Amino acid sequence: LSFLECSWRFCGRFKALWMKAALPDFKIRELTENPIGGRIIAAFFPPEKERLDFPSFVRILAHFRPIGKNRSRDRAQPEQANSRTGKLKFAFELYDQDRDGKISREELLQVLRAMLGLQVTEEQLRSIAERAIQEADLDGDGAISFDEFKKSLEKVDMEHKMNIRFLK
Amino acid sequence: QRRAGGRALGVDLFVIFCVFLSLLYGSRAEVPSKPTASVTILPPIKPDNGPQPYPEEEKSNLPVFTMNYPRIQIPFEITLWMLLASFAKIGFHVYPKITFWVPESCLLVSIGLIVGGIMYSVNEKPPAVLTSNVFFLYMLPPIVLDSVFSLYVQVLWFAVVGTLWNSIGIGMSLFAICQIEAFGVQDINLQENLLFATIISAVDPVAVLSVFEDVSVNEQLYIVVFGECLFNDAVTVVLYSMFSFVTEMPVVEPVDMFLGVATFLVVGLGGMGFGILFGFVAAFTTRFTSKVQEIEPLFIFMYSYLAYLVAELFAISSIMAIVCCALTMKYYVEENVSQRSCTTIRHVVKMLSAISETLIFFFLGVVTITTEHEWNWGYILFTLLFAFIWRGLGILVLTQIINPFRTIPFNTKDQFGMAYGGLRGAISFALAFTLPDNIARKHLFVTATIVIILFTVFLQGISIRPLIEFINVRRTNRKTDTINIEIHTRLMEHTMAGIEDLCGQWSHYYWKDKFMKFNNRILRRILLRDNRAESSIVALYKKLELQNAIEILDTASGDISAAPSIISLQEEKKNSTKPKKKFLAADLKNMHDILSKNMYKIRERTVSYTSKHALPNDNQRREILIRRHSSIRRSLRPGSFQTRIMPKSQKYFSLPPGESLNSRFPPTRQSFAGDPHAQETMSEVAYPARRSRFGNRSSSGAMMPLHRLGTLKEVSSVDFLNESERGSTGRGSQFRPQSLRRHLSADDNNGLADEMRIRQVEEEEEEEEERPQASQPPAWAAEPRDETPRNPLLRRPQWNEKK
Repeated sequence: LSFLECSWRFCGRFKALWMKAALPDFKIRELTENPIGGRIIAAFFPPEKERLDFPSFVRILAHFRPIGKNRSRDRAQPEQANSRTGKLKFAFELYDQDRDGKISREELLQVLRAMLGLQVTEEQLRSIAERAIQEADLDGDGAISFDEFKKSLEKVDMEHKMNIRFLK
Repeated sequence: QRRAGGRALGVDLFVIFCVFLSLLYGSRAEVPSKPTASVTILPPIKPDNGPQPYPEEEKSNLPVFTMNYPRIQIPFEITLWMLLASFAKIGFHVYPKITFWVPESCLLVSIGLIVGGIMYSVNEKPPAVLTSNVFFLYMLPPIVLDSVFSLYVQVLWFAVVGTLWNSIGIGMSLFAICQIEAFGVQDINLQENLLFATIISAVDPVAVLSVFEDVSVNEQLYIVVFGECLFNDAVTVVLYSMFSFVTEMPVVEPVDMFLGVATFLVVGLGGMGFGILFGFVAAFTTRFTSKVQEIEPLFIFMYSYLAYLVAELFAISSIMAIVCCALTMKYYVEENVSQRSCTTIRHVVKMLSAISETLIFFFLGVVTITTEHEWNWGYILFTLLFAFIWRGLGILVLTQIINPFRTIPFNTKDQFGMAYGGLRGAISFALAFTLPDNIARKHLFVTATIVIILFTVFLQGISIRPLIEFINVRRTNRKTDTINIEIHTRLMEHTMAGIEDLCGQWSHYYWKDKFMKFNNRILRRILLRDNRAESSIVALYKKLELQNAIEILDTASGDISAAPSIISLQEEKKNSTKPKKKFLAADLKNMHDILSKNMYKIRERTVSYTSKHALPNDNQRREILIRRHSSIRRSLRPGSFQTRIMPKSQKYFSLPPGESLNSRFPPTRQSFAGDPHAQETMSEVAYPARRSRFGNRSSSGAMMPLHRLGTLKEVSSVDFLNESERGSTGRGSQFRPQSLRRHLSADDNNGLADEMRIRQVEEEEEEEEERPQASQPPAWAAEPRDETPRNPLLRRPQWNEKK
């Protein structure tokens, strides 16, 4: 599996980070200021587990590898972590904390609240969330499923957005 | 029929054109020989065309009618030249097909050539207006300023390094050529060659940009070319001043090379620093200008110009100074000043820069014919050759270097587009023309520059469009603005910043994040008048709501259920066969509140992706509204208006014509800028007072900026009076208050007018709710009197009936 290969290549750097991360009072200052910092960290930990082992860490980071030049191969295996679907899945799960496969209005509101914070009023937030759901919700269930999520972002260029170059 | 009209127009323009030309010559003939007055402007006059000055015998008496031409001569001629060039510009657009195929610069040059030909045939020289001073102090700043204000993203790489590469490459190779005796140009030394090379490597991809836009190439390419255009000018001028300084030195030592590089850095960075400093000062000043909105644009211009001049004073790069100043200002000042000032600034800057460029191209044509040329086949041809080769090579090499750093590398087609788009333009010409005279071969240089410019502009300019389409450069997918995309993109950016923090690996997300934090915490507090950081998500949301509101108007002709409620709007769009939804008072109120509270600050943030030479087209929305108004009014049938209104409105008939409503109900003038909430609450307070006069409508949140109200009333009151009086007698009349529409459309207030109309929409729909019964007041036109200044969307009687 390619992410292991990546992990071996950058073993040293990751190991250092992982050591730091394994400490109980793990705090990266900037991450605490990041509005979705908590969610990002939570995304690393598999559900119900308190500790993170190295392969899992790498597995998550593998989402951020740039989509390789060999596009045909990637398309053939859409389950690869760094494929477009994989990246979108990661983003989706940042919203969907309860893992029910849908982004409900509440979940969207929470994220919006975190990102926009004090700039807007509660009712504006609600309207924005409402509008977002309406735009994306095709089957009318009032929540955004993963497919709807993918569809709403189909025009966006993922190669730009979710990449860390050094992971290549 | 249209073509005939167009031709007639063309003929008219041509006639005017000729008139101006003759005026120009005639005016010259007027000048008595006063050498002092005409030292920079005028050549010796030909006294044979034009009216003769008055005969001598008049002088003894009191001169009843005198002509004092010398006094106004200079401004007069400048104005005439500008008008001439502008007429030329108008003339092109008579036949839109021309502008499609031929870039505007071509046309301007052609007209210049024609005029030059005319002048040559009468043995006149063009006015020597284009001195170095004039160019650098007056013509260049607007061009640069305009580029900056139209800027989307900076791309320094291609511009700076590319220009350097080109200049040095061309210079070196030309120098090598000069050594060949056959061409007889051995006297040109290295410095002069380098100088010349700098001049001709100033690429001006204006034509390319317009083609790119029409073909909608992918954004990356567009941005790079755009950025290159911007910084190219700057870099060229910097290099030019550096090299021209160097040419004056008899001997160049190696240490001078290092000094040269050091100078370049000092000059460049110093310019930037100065610019940013001035920008901050300007931003700080505008923080306090909420009471003096009329002179806000003045501040912008004066500060930029001051930055330019002060930089010239210290011999640092004035271009960089003005660029950085404008960039800084654009970000902060745009938030501080009122919408009107923004529009003014943009318009004026575009106008000035258009004038500058037009004039320069025009002069190019004129000068081509009228100056003495020095022709040297070898030099010139090789110049052409090298210009192409080096540009191609340069693009190739630079792309190879930068591609690994980009997530989407440039492919060959992109590179070809960039390389082929290397048209030389106005700046090259101006620089060449204003070369100091101590360069022996100045005329050769000028000739060569002109040849290159003509060649690239005509040949490449005309052929680039078919070529780009032929090679099928990768197009852009303009992403539709949806809230979803905006939100998710933001989420991803935060994610990336977070992950990068985690990895300790910083890319531009990190720096962007850091800078934004610094910005929000410190800079914005100091520099901004009203520091409410508006997230782009919220701004986009507001913009979309505005669009929705407009869509309501568009789609809801006689259709009750095109409700302003958001939910029902969406559903309506999807399946119109569904039974019409009822107006929910709660929905309505909701939308009113949101719209009214959120729409105080919708502004086009980025003028992205618009052409450098055109203004952003926010006219479309307004036009939709205006058309909507007129179509609604046209479809109105008389009657079905409130009896309640009747007694009030009847009183208007007694208003004597000419007396505006203003005198009756003097509006309170309010400045629009400043705290929007405060303003809204004020108008909210003041408004119910007025509304009670107009018939006890209980509205929830619709508000109206009162000073706009006053203006409109002033403008249209007289017409309304007349029309309403007529209308009171004729019930069935369906005449249109055409004047109102004209006045409305004549008003140039983007944001305000839009808001006002939106509020009127709300008001109207709201009224609709509250007055379920249809009744017939005697005067249909009374309604417009009463409501139209605030509510041009008259009620639609069909709505009532269906209920």
